Amino acid sequence: MKISFVLNGEATTVDAPSDMPLLWVLREKLELTGTKFGCGIAACGACTVHVNGVATRTCVLPASVIDGAEVKTIEGVASPSGEMSAVQAAWIEHQAPQCGYCQSGMVMAAEALLDENPDPTDEDIDNAITNICRCGTYERVRTAIHAAARARREG
Amino acid sequence: MSSETKPASGVAKIARRTFLVSAGVVGGGVALGLALSPNRLKMYRDDVASDDEIILNTWVKLTPDNQLTVIIPHSEMGQGVGTGLAQMLAEEMEADWETVSIEQAPASDDYINSDLGRGYIVGEGARIPAFAYPMLDFAFLQIAKGLVGQITGGSTAIRLTGYHGMRRAGAAAREMLTRAAAKEWNVPVNALRAEASMIHHDASGRSASFGTFAAAAASFTPNLKPELKSAKDYKIVGTPKPRLDIPEKVTGEAQFGMDVIVPGMKYAAIAQAPVYGAEAVSIADPTNAAPQIVNLGNAVVVVADSYWEASNALRRIEIEWDGGDPSLTSDALRALHSAHLEETDHEEVMDKAGDAPAKLASPDTLSVEYAVPYLAHATMEPMNCTASVRDGKCELWVGHQNPITARDDAAEALGVNKSDVTIHNVYLGGGFGRRARTDNVIQAARVASEIGVPVKLIWSREQDMSNDFYRPAIVSRMKGLVEDGKIAAMDHAYIFADAGMPDSERPYAFQYDVQNKRIARHPYESPIPVGAWRSVDFTQMGFFNESFMDEMAHRAGADPLAFRIAHKSDPRCRAVLERLADEARWGRPLTLGAAQGVAIVDSFEAIVGQVAELTIEDDNRVRLHRLTSVVDCGQVINPDSAEAQIHSSVIFALSAVFFGEITLENGQIVQQNFPDYDMVRLRNAPVQAVHFIKSDHPPGGLGEPGTPPVAPALTNAIYAATGKRIRELPLTRAGFSSV
Repeated sequence: MKISFVLNGEATTVDAPSDMPLLWVLREKLELTGTKFGCGIAACGACTVHVNGVATRTCVLPASVIDGAEVKTIEGVASPSGEMSAVQAAWIEHQAPQCGYCQSGMVMAAEALLDENPDPTDEDIDNAITNICRCGTYERVRTAIHAAARARREG
Repeated sequence: MSSETKPASGVAKIARRTFLVSAGVVGGGVALGLALSPNRLKMYRDDVASDDEIILNTWVKLTPDNQLTVIIPHSEMGQGVGTGLAQMLAEEMEADWETVSIEQAPASDDYINSDLGRGYIVGEGARIPAFAYPMLDFAFLQIAKGLVGQITGGSTAIRLTGYHGMRRAGAAAREMLTRAAAKEWNVPVNALRAEASMIHHDASGRSASFGTFAAAAASFTPNLKPELKSAKDYKIVGTPKPRLDIPEKVTGEAQFGMDVIVPGMKYAAIAQAPVYGAEAVSIADPTNAAPQIVNLGNAVVVVADSYWEASNALRRIEIEWDGGDPSLTSDALRALHSAHLEETDHEEVMDKAGDAPAKLASPDTLSVEYAVPYLAHATMEPMNCTASVRDGKCELWVGHQNPITARDDAAEALGVNKSDVTIHNVYLGGGFGRRARTDNVIQAARVASEIGVPVKLIWSREQDMSNDFYRPAIVSRMKGLVEDGKIAAMDHAYIFADAGMPDSERPYAFQYDVQNKRIARHPYESPIPVGAWRSVDFTQMGFFNESFMDEMAHRAGADPLAFRIAHKSDPRCRAVLERLADEARWGRPLTLGAAQGVAIVDSFEAIVGQVAELTIEDDNRVRLHRLTSVVDCGQVINPDSAEAQIHSSVIFALSAVFFGEITLENGQIVQQNFPDYDMVRLRNAPVQAVHFIKSDHPPGGLGEPGTPPVAPALTNAIYAATGKRIRELPLTRAGFSSV
């Protein structure tokens, strides 16, 4: 089916099977490979993007659902001129990624958390960010989220 | 070895090998330092240098406008290897760090990293990581194909490639540039000074960039024994340089194997034999949709225009498997393991001193059994590989820990020359030992060859988890006798399935001073595939030895940390334990009512001591508040990356302690995805404190040594909290869970 949605600020139409998960539409039909495949059952969070501003795991989300929606992926987080977001900058400042494979999903989950809760506690972060990282970057992810929250509030 | 022919460098390479053969025969491998032909350091390869780049030696490229590229013969899988190695090279070269970038070495024989270390050890006194001994023994080198390559494993990148190779490559490049400047300016070499990618002649006030002399410098032969800096003069090494690979990992631009796009490619999904040893004997498609199917024998692959369609079609078709042992269960395996433990006919005595059996005949001897399960690697990026096979040439795109072996195995599977296979090694979404295997590469190459168009093979998470090379399950029996407050004798017997760990690293050692000891292993073939898992045999041995040390301490009525110090004569280990007592507030936990447990393991030339601080909540739920690590890994190259490696090792080990267990029913792996093979997440990750001992010792490994002490530190703390001794992992077996 033809699916029309706003992708990273641009009107987009794609032809895909209606039950094809958004993850594969993004990666294979639109060649946006920043969003990752990790588990296929929405357990790990590597495939997280924003659908209408909500952090959403896309490996089980049928493409038909996003018709008319607004989707933001990791490729749309920096400004069009390439300026990184506060979260991305904090990620670099605190050297959060290791292998990096889960980090697109981590960044998207963190962006959504801060959109909703500008000053999260450790507990808020623990509850909101349930993504799996096999490199164990959690400590720096938590530090970076606090730093990004500060930067956004002061920004 | 190789039938490939190549002009220039190929000739030098063959001559070098010929020489080594005779040296190996005559000197038994002693003359290793002569392995490096001077010609080898000077190469001009089209596939590495672009138009304006000049290759100074195998590992250094410089442009006339003074941009430096360091070529990295190790794979980036999260450890920051490229940045660390570049720091070591740039330091000795006196390069300006702002001009440095890194590039993955091509998977070709010219860039084999074991050569880099071996080649440079000219009269060095050969301080070689034990993990690499087999690489350095020439006879072994010839037969052990798996050890010849660009292996990223054994925590060897910094301590072997960096320490022996990259530092000298940088120093040699600096000397070449300085000589070129001396010639150009007609001044003595020793009147020149290199600093921040510039060469200065202070007497005349002249200065010019490295790039100015790049072309002239390239005509000099690199010095194999350049003068190296003293560690006290380091400006780049030892500083927390931001990792060069991180910016593209926060924008989604970093390309992993999973992300490769080749024009015109198809996508493939795979179903591997659910029972080990089974073959697909018939394939039927009840819907008559006739998807493109490739039967690889022990696996069936469906090819389609998208991965989604391929995996749907794969689910639809009916595959009949035959063979293997569908009766195999975890209980049967466990019985097999226990039987092997009693089977002493083929035991290998690994270490022996005094007369342990006589001492341990005492009725006061403690004898206990430990057991650890099979574990999967579960890298975040499931296995995958993209392949194109056309006109007898094969191209492969994959993130791999051992790309040269991957190339060789693909060539063998396709029946083509190695020179007809090109590997593009991209970022690895986790490795931990799993990505040193070539099963996925061979599959992709065979499928691409069969269908005649490029194909990206993607394993589902379920395929990934149930087709691993697992960390071996081990059962172990330890005996010990305490007399006068010290261990008078100890004995360790355990079953051993070879996961690729060289004995030279001594993972079996009981790392304490005990006069009477006997350590013996009972080798057996694991019925399911096993392989290296972060820190390899040290994970199991660390758990056995450090749990047992705790049991001995309690038997002696001693403080577990003081008891360890009393049995350590190595001053570095003692210093780690003393610092640990201080940093972790041993005996004075930060958390009210918390219990502490300690463990220390020396592995891959790094000593890591850890204290776990925890409380037990309702329903035996463990809340791990803090985990403190004190590390002596010799010189620290990049303190920030070093800390990250310890963070990482700790979480990796914790997931295993809390949840990790691979089991079998009906000959099939039970665990399929994260809910049944769960992981530590933010909410149950402890606060970590990491402290490094300041040291001038040569650098040790650091990718793995943080892992082994975690399990025993945690279970020793649980004993302190509850009096319950945990001798089997994971914790769920003893009724404990995570908060």
